Amino acid sequence: MPKFMSRNDLLLFAGFSLVVLTMPIWLAPFGAGYPDLLQRFMIFGIFAVGFNILFGLTGYLSFGHAAFFGVGSYAAVWSFKLLTLDAIPAMIFAVVISGLFALVIGFLCLRRSGIYFSILTLAFAQMSYNLAYSVLTPITNGETGLQLTLSDPRVIDAAVGQGFVGQPVPNILGQQLSGYAGFYFCAGFLILAFFIAQRIAGSPFGMMLKAIKSNQTRMQFTGFNTRPYALSAFVISGMYAGLAGALLAVTDPLAGAERMQWTASGEVVLMTILGGVGTLVGPVIGAWIIKYFENILSALNDNILARFWSFLPEGVADVLVKVTSKFVGDGWHLTLGLAFVIVVIFLPGGIMEGVRRVAGLFRRSGSSGAKTAPQTQPAE
Amino acid sequence: MTILKRGLSRRRVLQTGMAGIIGSGVAPLVFTKGAWAQEFCNNPTGDTVVFGLNLPLTGTYAEEGADEQRAYELAIAHLNGEGDGGLLNVLQPSALKGNGILGKKVTYVSSDSQTKSDVARAGATRMIERDGAIMITGGSSSGEAIAVQGLCQEMGVIFMAGLTHSNDTTGKDKRRYGFRHFFNAYQSGIGLAPVLGDSYGKDRRAYHLTADYTWGWTQEESIKNATEALGWETVAAVRTPLGATDYSQYLTPILNSGADVLILNHYGLDMVNSLTQAVQFGMRDRQANGKDFQIVTPLISELMAKGAGESVKGIFGTSNWHWNLQDPGSIAFTKSFGAKYGSPPSQAAHTAYVQALLYADAVERAGTFYPPEVIKALEGFEFDGMGNGPTVYRADDHQCIKSVLVVQGNESPTSEFDVLNVFQEIDRDTVTYDPTIFGGELGEAEPVPMCA
Repeated sequence: MPKFMSRNDLLLFAGFSLVVLTMPIWLAPFGAGYPDLLQRFMIFGIFAVGFNILFGLTGYLSFGHAAFFGVGSYAAVWSFKLLTLDAIPAMIFAVVISGLFALVIGFLCLRRSGIYFSILTLAFAQMSYNLAYSVLTPITNGETGLQLTLSDPRVIDAAVGQGFVGQPVPNILGQQLSGYAGFYFCAGFLILAFFIAQRIAGSPFGMMLKAIKSNQTRMQFTGFNTRPYALSAFVISGMYAGLAGALLAVTDPLAGAERMQWTASGEVVLMTILGGVGTLVGPVIGAWIIKYFENILSALNDNILARFWSFLPEGVADVLVKVTSKFVGDGWHLTLGLAFVIVVIFLPGGIMEGVRRVAGLFRRSGSSGAKTAPQTQPAE
Repeated sequence: MTILKRGLSRRRVLQTGMAGIIGSGVAPLVFTKGAWAQEFCNNPTGDTVVFGLNLPLTGTYAEEGADEQRAYELAIAHLNGEGDGGLLNVLQPSALKGNGILGKKVTYVSSDSQTKSDVARAGATRMIERDGAIMITGGSSSGEAIAVQGLCQEMGVIFMAGLTHSNDTTGKDKRRYGFRHFFNAYQSGIGLAPVLGDSYGKDRRAYHLTADYTWGWTQEESIKNATEALGWETVAAVRTPLGATDYSQYLTPILNSGADVLILNHYGLDMVNSLTQAVQFGMRDRQANGKDFQIVTPLISELMAKGAGESVKGIFGTSNWHWNLQDPGSIAFTKSFGAKYGSPPSQAAHTAYVQALLYADAVERAGTFYPPEVIKALEGFEFDGMGNGPTVYRADDHQCIKSVLVVQGNESPTSEFDVLNVFQEIDRDTVTYDPTIFGGELGEAEPVPMCA
């Protein structure tokens, strides 16, 4: 292909960037337009995009990605503590460390495929969690979580004589990263991460990964050694997870062990499947939906519900408050579970499949349907 | 529904635009310090002021969280002049008028912290950034308290800690914006050790089971130091994960360890489980080293004692406060709480209620919500009438210094709430300690960070 990017890819990328950068505006009516949640949308978007490089392209289902996420966080916080409060070294440090960690774990786990691979990654992640939670307490501070303190050494900051007042918080070249500045910082990385993932998916390397997914045995018979490709995908996606973990530490400098727990690993799998495995945008949308549910639904309580249903007659409103209260507050997992079941049963390809179906309907009804020729599927 | 009500306000558009400017690095040219003189995070401009309640409504400490929520609702009602006024009538000295705070009506938002530090921080951030909370309060785990306290220091929002007993909260992790009314593990040790020595002798061998996080670590250390000073020997100290349900694997080794006292550094549901299971193991009927085997629970509350039922009878522990105290403050609070909810308040409820009132009083005295002024009003504040006798908010570490209760499980309870007896009240001079022993730095109150 002579062109750098096809027109469709370019449109997708531009559209994605626009949607992300205007999020504070269009999410405000949904009660989600505040920096902390927006930052999480970005961070878990990156995590899911990275996870999709492994799961979506090669088909290897890792149940232990939260380990890389956690390692990234710990690495970043240690960089803040030991080196400097600047975010850039911390992020580089985190990505490198989580990449190395992924290399070791990937090297061991990729000797198996299918369910055995998943179980191995799960086992490694759970080991990492337990190490962080209790065994490595001097490094991770266990359940309490690793925090910045005034008495940290910060050798680089000390060497250049950079002081600060009040609580140590991460910055970038002296600029504070709290609030919306933090959001735009993370958004920049999400867009970059999305762009790289888009390039990978469209490259010959990405084609190899897709070939592993469709038929690894046949690929080996044609003379390819598949393992280096799978390992590269594993490491890249581990580095994405490390980047996301580092960003979480940048916006909120505390690293806790629970972000490495198997539930966190399961969450990223849910995000990817909910949004659409193998699609570029799907995992990001899945991440946003899950984080929205987690933060908004879990904050609703009976009082808010009572106000919401107050337009109905008293008896009906009371019943509705009773029923709906089971699905919000600490019962938000129930709503998530229901949504997940519905999506998997009716839209096995995730939300992106729903989008495609709706788009297909419009195309069929529209007269200009002939313009967009159906994509040719490669023959088996 | 409130979350839908706040549409695209002008403030939001301005904020977004401003953030864009900051993001592009123009900020230093635009801002000059001092233009923001009395501007601070969530400066209340309307006729209401919002408290952010960060409570564990699920997880190991859920029961304490629910009781704290009741107490906050009661405190907010009293601050607004509703109900019988509760402790507003007995706080000495008091600047509270029962018309809200500085004439603004108090409202609240709440968040479930799930007894997890990460979640607690996310919840606190949401309440500060989205809901405009002027003050964050609550929590019943020291892990949470320390995490949220650090966050509040970054945001420039005052944190009034709820139930947190770790030495670190006002020790090595103390913060200028964080305040603790509850007592700590070190004071438990000072209070409890003499009683243990009198009752169980000076040549005991102790085995610790400890919740594996900051509170457990510091309590284990404090109790160990206090009992070893007494002449006791520590056989082993084993860490158990927070939220464990089955303790048999930790209890079995004790039987052959040569220990004759089991010290449970657990709290909440963990304590209910570990204590019940230890008693089911027959530990209290055992003899070891020719003595009766004993169990000690250094920090205990009515809620846990109620949960453990029969198992808690005769067991020693310490508490911050007990509803059966006979001073006017305790009587007023128990009456007010009982009238509204039909049960006596727990120590978690008491500390939550008192913290809300103390914050409101400090704002009234300072005459402004500006955090550095409120902090000054709280630091070194001497007060009385809140149920713990004369109390001081120590300026050096933001720890309240007041008397500590040694309690014992009631052998013959007369009601389901009458599960603990106050064994001894240790006066405040005995439990005072030098704030420098734990290290840590408070940090500065000014310049006030601006949250988004």
